[in-house]
Amino acid sequence: MEWLKSPWPWYVAGPLIGLITPAFLLLGNKTFGISSSLRDICAACFPSGIELFKYNWRERTWNLVFVAGIVIGAFLSSQILSDGSPVAISDSTKSELMALGISDFHGLAPVELFSWPNLLTAKGFIFIILGGFLVGFGTRYAGGCTSGHTMFGLSYFQMASLVASISFFVGGLIMTHFLFDFLF
Amino acid sequence: MKNIRYLFLGIVFGVILTKAEVISWFRIQEMFRFQSIHMYGIIGSAVVVGAVLVFIIRRLSLKTIDGETVTLPAKRMDKGVVIGGTIFGLGWALTGACPGPLYALVGSGTTVMIVGLASALLGTWTYGALQKKLPH
Repeated sequence: MEWLKSPWPWYVAGPLIGLITPAFLLLGNKTFGISSSLRDICAACFPSGIELFKYNWRERTWNLVFVAGIVIGAFLSSQILSDGSPVAISDSTKSELMALGISDFHGLAPVELFSWPNLLTAKGFIFIILGGFLVGFGTRYAGGCTSGHTMFGLSYFQMASLVASISFFVGGLIMTHFLFDFLF
Repeated sequence: MKNIRYLFLGIVFGVILTKAEVISWFRIQEMFRFQSIHMYGIIGSAVVVGAVLVFIIRRLSLKTIDGETVTLPAKRMDKGVVIGGTIFGLGWALTGACPGPLYALVGSGTTVMIVGLASALLGTWTYGALQKKLPH
């Protein structure tokens, strides 16, 4: 049980994640893509006569069931499969983040940015609310996210998915190496 | 009830994402700063394993467990992939989460991410509302 409770190394987790795409195909000819669940929820709850949300979302209930499973799996994992150790990031990352003012390295995300008391501070607004908005807006604009494009699309060599994956990365680099200077 | 299989798959995926710390803002920062193999190893090996198995599925024309033919839709390629992809990347570095981890963070106890998830829904809705006016 000890190995289950300690964080899993990349060479265990990566190949396991690689099984998800073929599992979707073989379980019911379904496509792996999590950002599309955001579209499905919009279509189900507030379609507002918008073209993008005019389709029968009920035929895609399986995707909503899948993301509900993610929430449950993460809950179970944090409750029974966690030893509570801090994320073992490299020393160089740690010192660079400390230079930005991050001091609490417990948990999966820094409480200075991701906690209820900090939600309505400038940082909380930018990292949680603006960040979330950009994720939802950008993934739909790009036609997919890390799962739909990088995991699924690349597995059958879609040019769009290669371009998308590179763009995701470019955006992340711009934020981390240029825009973070203005945010901290 | 046929959807139970996707609930199970989601649970498995949620466990893996959490145990591999893919949902950690710290890990995403480490990745964008090129300071560990962790995230590159995960994404790289996942893509390779996925591609090999999808290749086998196509080569052997494997059917689904219900006997259906497996089909792979072509992904739309336009300017939106680049513009939207970059916008998502900005948000990925801010939240430290792509859509899967947004859900997983809520489950794993970073409950404030419910707000991040709601904001992502608003982002998707806003894209839908503006779709025709945006360059594609």
